[in-house]
Amino acid sequence: MADTGSARAQILGGIRKALNSAEGSEEARQRLATHPRNLIPARAQRPHDEQVELFAAMATEVSATVELLGGMAEVPGAVADYLAGLNLPAEVRVAPDAALDAIPWDQRPTLTVTKGRARDSDGASLTGAFAGVAETGTLMLLSGAERPTTLNFLPDTHVVVLRRGQIVGTMEDAWDRLRAAGGEDGANGALPRTVNFITGPSRTGDIEMRIELGAHGPRRLHILLVED
Amino acid sequence: MQPTTHAFPENARKALSDERLQKVLAIAPAGFVNRRKQAADRLPEFEALRDQGRDLKNHVLANLDTYLEAFEGKVTEQGGHVHWCRTDQEARDAILGICRKVGAKTVTKGKSMISEEIGINDHLEANGLTPIETDLGEYIIQLRREPPSHIIAPAFHLSKADVEGTFRQAHTDLPADRVLDEPKVLIAEARQVLRRKFQQADVGITGANIMVAETGSTVIVTNEGNGDLTQILPRVHVVIATIDKVVPTLEDAALVLRLLARSATGQEASAYTTFSTGPRRPGDLDGPEEFHVVLLDNGRSALLGTEFQDVLRCIRCGACMNHCPVYGAVGGHAYGWVYPGPIGSVMQPALLGVKEAGHLPNASTFCGRCEAVCPMRIPLPKMMRHWREKEFEQNLQPAAMSRGLALWGWFARRPALYHAATKMAARALGMLGRGKGRFARLPLAQGWTRHRDMPAPEGRTFQQMWAEKKAAEKKGTR
Repeated sequence: MADTGSARAQILGGIRKALNSAEGSEEARQRLATHPRNLIPARAQRPHDEQVELFAAMATEVSATVELLGGMAEVPGAVADYLAGLNLPAEVRVAPDAALDAIPWDQRPTLTVTKGRARDSDGASLTGAFAGVAETGTLMLLSGAERPTTLNFLPDTHVVVLRRGQIVGTMEDAWDRLRAAGGEDGANGALPRTVNFITGPSRTGDIEMRIELGAHGPRRLHILLVED
Repeated sequence: MQPTTHAFPENARKALSDERLQKVLAIAPAGFVNRRKQAADRLPEFEALRDQGRDLKNHVLANLDTYLEAFEGKVTEQGGHVHWCRTDQEARDAILGICRKVGAKTVTKGKSMISEEIGINDHLEANGLTPIETDLGEYIIQLRREPPSHIIAPAFHLSKADVEGTFRQAHTDLPADRVLDEPKVLIAEARQVLRRKFQQADVGITGANIMVAETGSTVIVTNEGNGDLTQILPRVHVVIATIDKVVPTLEDAALVLRLLARSATGQEASAYTTFSTGPRRPGDLDGPEEFHVVLLDNGRSALLGTEFQDVLRCIRCGACMNHCPVYGAVGGHAYGWVYPGPIGSVMQPALLGVKEAGHLPNASTFCGRCEAVCPMRIPLPKMMRHWREKEFEQNLQPAAMSRGLALWGWFARRPALYHAATKMAARALGMLGRGKGRFARLPLAQGWTRHRDMPAPEGRTFQQMWAEKKAAEKKGTR
């Protein structure tokens, strides 16, 4: 085992000697406290309606599919029809997320709904999202007691419920929302254990540079964009 | 991994006559180049973002101690552990120590160049553990016992037929008569095989593209999702990263991310960008119970304050090698160690010493394309020149070259003599070569004429022509 105490002292000491800095910099501490923004591209700085359009267009470009729904009541039917359209079993593993409690699953009794973290046998999952980033068509998902991360990666098909009002322009906007929400479940404003930014389904170009979907994560990413 | 960088000339010669490799190199880098250009053209602010990226990293390096301490403080606050390691050996020991403590047998791995740099797989294997690479490209080359040939596309040098052969040899429990002729089928097979490994693993090791001081988060950027399965399924998540990867805030991470994917694969964003902060929280249904960051120096801090400091801005996108005519001619393996291409030509002498890696900075055309596309605007050609200077200072070139340079130096310090000699030589060669305009063979210049003709001078030296042009301009303005 390395003597990390002295390794630490030696690494930091070497850096300070090279930088001629004795006790760290006030400028750096200031930056950490105020987290100023860098240049933000103009692309996503537009009215919210247009951000929603941009989000859908960018997500579609990276092979996600986007379906517009009038309300949470339409979710069970949309999920059942989506799975049936792909000849997939009518089973879905759902995040035990209070934000999804408004979904009336009993309206589609033929759809088997179970809740919890993903198991190896699960073919399809349904989760909520914290935000959608219009600039790149990216979903932002947070881990937590009600939001197991395995649902985002293990099943072949990942269905995400995103409310229109959750769409923001940029990643910076999404961070601001998370800071305002106090880091969601995280104590004293810390980030949740895992923050996933997901842009389209899993892919690889590792064999002859040809892009193929479904390398390790989901082969399909279906976004249900729900009116508020 | 034992470096063979000292053998670059032989490695390169072999690569040039390797038809299979040449076929791959004729197509693949161009794909990266086109995609990067399209992505850059699509974002009007791309060049301004590159300026900001450079300035951000310069700011980080100037305040590195503060940001590393802040990062460590936040990791610890969240219940994670930071292991400071000066050398590759210390990092290997730290990782093995973590694995031993939890009685690990199987270790899954996300893609990490630092793990190649410290040779962690061999070390774990030698100590009775089974490391399994889960990035598709890394998995393929691990089965073949080959090093990566590109920092973001490790199996870049292989065809699908190569991969098919490898899988047939390795996956003997699958039916021998199965069809494996398309990338899609090969990928499905790897997915199926690796799913079992993910479930068996006790420890998952990933790299980090970024560390965020503000929150104590480590960030990975991937397309396959293997890095995520690597860190959420096992009990322990180990991150291996070098000290230069820290940025101050989440906003600064966003800036780096806008540059990284576009420069690497030409994507607007990679499929998965994951921020990991500490171990799982009370009540969480999944995620690792332990979170360790192995924070490695391995020669980086020694570059601070030197003419090589700027190389620490690197975000490992691979754009420099994709655009490099030398990499395009010989591929990644010829560089003989972990980092190929222009970034390798600057990093490898720093990490391995000029004696081992001195050939690399010499194998450059100085065309400048690497610097022109580097998202962090690292002056790679300038640094290769600095390594050449070091090589000269340490007297490491062949004797004939040192003598030749010394002779040239003697003349160059005596301008009158120099001009007279070059004038004479230019006139003589011009007369001799008047017939063909070029020489197929020339005494003292076989090194040049073995591969190409030497053009015959047209009778006057560059300095003469320069003086004449200046004189003519003066006349013209009068």
